[in-house]
Amino acid sequence: MSFSHLRRLEAESIDIFREAVAESERPVMLYSIGKDSSVLLHLARKAFHPARLPFPLLHVDTTWKFRAMYEMRDRLAREGCFELIVFRNPEAERLGINPIEHGSARHTDLWKTQGLKLALDHYRFDLAFGGARRDEEKSRAKERVFSFRNAQHGWDPKNQRPELWRLYNARKNPGESIRVFPLSNWTELDVWQYIRAENIEVVPLYFAATRPVVERDGALIMVDDARLPLHKGEQVQQRRVRFRTLGCYPLTGAIESDADTLDAIITEMEHAHTSERQGRIIDRDGGSSMERKKAEGYF
Amino acid sequence: MSTQTASTQSSDLLRFITCGSVDDGKSTLIGRLLHAAHALPDDQLSALADESRRFGTQGDQLDFALLVDGLSAEREQGITIDVAYRFFATPRRKFIVADTPGHEQYTRNMATGASTADLAVILIDARKGVLTQTRRHSHLVSLLGIKQVVLAVNKLDLVDWSRERFEEIERDYREFAQRLDFEHIVAIPLSALHGDNIAQRSQHTPWHAGPSLLEHLESIEISTADASGPLRLPVQWVCRPDLDFRGYAGRILGGSVRPGDAVRILPSGRQTRIARIVGYAGDLAEATRGDSVMLTLEDEVDASRGDVICAAAEPASVADQFETTLVWMDDAAMLPGRSYLLKLGAATVGASFSQPKYAIDVNSFDKLAARTLELNGIGVVNVSLDRAVPFDAYADNRDMGSFIVIDRYSNQTVGAGLIHFALRRSQNIHWQAVDVDKQARVRQNGHRPCVLWLTGLSGSGKSTIANIVERQLHALGVRTYLLDGDNIRHGLSKDLGFTDADRVENIRRVGEVARLMVDAGLVVLTAFISPFRSERALARSMVGSEEFLEVFVDTPLAVVEARDPKGLYRKARRGELSNFTGIDSPYEAPATPELHIDTTRQTPEQAASRIVDALFERGIVQRHA
Repeated sequence: MSFSHLRRLEAESIDIFREAVAESERPVMLYSIGKDSSVLLHLARKAFHPARLPFPLLHVDTTWKFRAMYEMRDRLAREGCFELIVFRNPEAERLGINPIEHGSARHTDLWKTQGLKLALDHYRFDLAFGGARRDEEKSRAKERVFSFRNAQHGWDPKNQRPELWRLYNARKNPGESIRVFPLSNWTELDVWQYIRAENIEVVPLYFAATRPVVERDGALIMVDDARLPLHKGEQVQQRRVRFRTLGCYPLTGAIESDADTLDAIITEMEHAHTSERQGRIIDRDGGSSMERKKAEGYF
Repeated sequence: MSTQTASTQSSDLLRFITCGSVDDGKSTLIGRLLHAAHALPDDQLSALADESRRFGTQGDQLDFALLVDGLSAEREQGITIDVAYRFFATPRRKFIVADTPGHEQYTRNMATGASTADLAVILIDARKGVLTQTRRHSHLVSLLGIKQVVLAVNKLDLVDWSRERFEEIERDYREFAQRLDFEHIVAIPLSALHGDNIAQRSQHTPWHAGPSLLEHLESIEISTADASGPLRLPVQWVCRPDLDFRGYAGRILGGSVRPGDAVRILPSGRQTRIARIVGYAGDLAEATRGDSVMLTLEDEVDASRGDVICAAAEPASVADQFETTLVWMDDAAMLPGRSYLLKLGAATVGASFSQPKYAIDVNSFDKLAARTLELNGIGVVNVSLDRAVPFDAYADNRDMGSFIVIDRYSNQTVGAGLIHFALRRSQNIHWQAVDVDKQARVRQNGHRPCVLWLTGLSGSGKSTIANIVERQLHALGVRTYLLDGDNIRHGLSKDLGFTDADRVENIRRVGEVARLMVDAGLVVLTAFISPFRSERALARSMVGSEEFLEVFVDTPLAVVEARDPKGLYRKARRGELSNFTGIDSPYEAPATPELHIDTTRQTPEQAASRIVDALFERGIVQRHA
């Protein structure tokens, strides 16, 4: 396969970025430090070059990301690549919410879902770019590129505006905000092929290396710092692993892999038999888990 | 990657739409395609096996339809609600499938899915043959400009793999499709449920010499990346990082561009040349249709968002009136004369529609007489814009000839349109400049003009209050005129009735007259029910916001019904009057009127004094006048 489809996808994403910026007052880009965020950032720079990014990046932090993610985020921000806002939900901070004691659902809701709503309201952002792709999950397949949220940040999947041709209706009602997804038509494989083609930096955790992990409920959880208590009988093992997706480290399963280059990752993916979000523990509560979370305001 | 090169010849991305009725097996077909292209990972397959047991209709077998029906409500009801996009790839191509439902919202959803598709797969149940729905779907797909069609004759296992049946259906379809604008039709016999002729050719159809569905989709030639034709680049965003750089960002919707090319900026018509195509890693030598680019121009010409940079030799047309095909997508019907927003390229302009020349019956293609377009209605309609915009006919350039319609109040996308051609008559009427202008009249009159727009239910007291206000203003030496609802309907609007469409036209005429009178320097009072927010807003936009005072004469329905000075409410309740505001036609109360008169707490005299005071406060009339 040649790569003219990457060029088409890139042009479409840049088009979406520019259109959204032209039609909004206070845009922001959500930055999660994962591979999709890295691609999104690269596309945004291309879209507005030679100008600087016309919006800041917002990281809704949970305090439980991998150390390597914080390292890369802070280094890029120091290098002046972008204006960075880090937001931590003060209530989650006060209550000391964590995935170990409070479970994945509570942790995700307070830090991420509520944290995002608070951050958007606090800074009065009226439009937020996100790196979600339609191929990720069933309910995402029906989401528009310009997706509207009510004042409570809820999503109403049955009342979405039709999107025709390349014409995006970005007019919002009072209180509404918009989520814009420039990577809507990209697949996981497209993302990796583009990272290779454009030589985009991603967090090293995506590449295989020997790392300390414990086996827990069938998942390989990396022991990234001292906050992860070991259950009875659990032993830290050194395994050669990598991550297909990155979230909070106690909630993100690694896969055993030898793929330590982009070529090897792409080859591995072309022969993969599990889906990308399979390592995400938060997706597993019942068939409509993601749809429900999104209706409540999860990105 | 290839951004630095110019070639877009090979199309390794195919976007297609699947159309079929509820039971034709469309979701099953898509599930099968995903499975055949190994786009279904193990964990999704095991989740599917689990869901198939709980919700499925295929016994112990995998129910591929469940995979595609993404939202939980759909899973429970067993239907697809909206447009969903699916992705899969084979070593030869990447595919994006728009899956759209076959039931009541079909027109809106199918138009959406078809607007970005290169090809349509039209499903037919072999037992049923070419149905009304098949014709409807084919017509819509053709209307949206799709030239390539796959006729997927499904469930052939249920007719014993009959070659005669398959050929009969293909013959029927080709005969019918002669009336449509397709270039290429391929028929394939299938069983989506069992996977026959999906990826591999089936042993059950040895008589079928053609390819399997997937083979066909992989190999068909698609000419969407056609870079021939003149340059079209709508300016989407102007880039001004510092005083020395002015870049024009946008996506090329036609042709190609090189530094040095002569271009014309529309609608201004100014000419210049392309200076640079600014790339992230250095300037580019060329860019073509589909690319998102940043250009600089040789001369300091002014271009802003919504303008279109065109090849100088072959510029687009510029017009403010077109004939279009309009697809209506909102629960509230299209109202001729109402002001909507229209988005075309990067331009958003005010627009209003004529009464349809005719509506199109999507089942029979018959032309029907129509006064409006309802949800899912399609018709040929003239559109009139509040300023001229560059465009091409949809048949020449899909992206330069398409638009969406946005409701000014709900902000919903309520329609989508395809431009046929410009109507020329508007171009020959120019504004006549006059020497005695509004300012001169204001100086002579000694007061400023404005419109006092009284709105409220029939019998609320609008005319009574307006009369008192006019008497008081007249006594103050103010030049006034009262436009009263009943009086206007005896003359200017005597050809209009009381349907929603007629009410809109009535208010448009009154607004236009009021605008002329404001230009003449008068304080104009209008007393009309004017029940719709958008018409009042239209009147406001015609007159100008600073000279428009909306006065809400607020009397509850129960009170006006009890007063009933003309006996109209009693008639309406008896069913002798239809479309009566408050009874069987809505009244949309103003959200933020300049003045709010509560007639249950104020006499008409008190109300009138408040209105006159408001004119003093705003400096329209001076106290010593």
